[in-house]
Amino acid sequence: MAGPMKARARMQGNYADVRVLMSHPMETGQRKGRDGKPIPKHFIQNLAVKLNGKTVIEGECSQAVSRNPVFSFRIGGAKPGDKIEISWLDNKGETNKTETAVA
Amino acid sequence: MDEARRVVLRSAGATGVLAAALAAGLLKPERALAASWNKAAFDSKSAVDALKNIGAANPQETGEIVIEAPQIAENGAVVPIEVTSKLPGTTSLAVLIEKNPFPLASQFRFMDGALPFVKVNVKMGESSIVRVVAEAGGKYYTATKEVKVTIGGCGG
Repeated sequence: MAGPMKARARMQGNYADVRVLMSHPMETGQRKGRDGKPIPKHFIQNLAVKLNGKTVIEGECSQAVSRNPVFSFRIGGAKPGDKIEISWLDNKGETNKTETAVA
Repeated sequence: MDEARRVVLRSAGATGVLAAALAAGLLKPERALAASWNKAAFDSKSAVDALKNIGAANPQETGEIVIEAPQIAENGAVVPIEVTSKLPGTTSLAVLIEKNPFPLASQFRFMDGALPFVKVNVKMGESSIVRVVAEAGGKYYTATKEVKVTIGGCGG
């Protein structure tokens, strides 16, 4: 279920501009399927951004985040070549992560 | 051979205990894997309740939080919200869509050099005040921006 994830990190002056794209349906629980029954909630609840293995950003989300979420973050003190890891966990316990290096 | 059998038995026993704990709701799987999720705040049906549940009942208005969002969003399913806090020592940012069925959309905590900035796409059911709450130095600050939505993005 966990689709592909893409991340990119580039130095912008003194911080790394991190962009991440996650593939996720982000179902709100308010939509109805063809059978007229509500489609159950299915959304990313937690995400974490690590710089060289150390957590620098923790996020909590609701179903109000758009489908296939896109986030941007800024990490100060990063250098080219530093490792950025981004992971998420949804309300069904599914999880995914991706890694990139600061360019 | 005997030793291998004991190892298998031991691990089976441990798995059984864990499964029982999970079934009893003692151990939530998400807690085992990652940071907690503020269920009370995310389940709140009004912005006032959501603010209480993130511990920010009476945030102070400030001009030091910059919210970039479209004045008019044609598609409520994807509304880009960009938030920057200029408050020194900002440790968290929360984004609330006041008129959504569950206003709290997301909250971020920043540590060890991460700048208090985030850009996130959110769904908006109708035109609403977008409220951002920043935590800085143990206090809560807030700023708002109105976004008009021409097609809602919450229903089907």
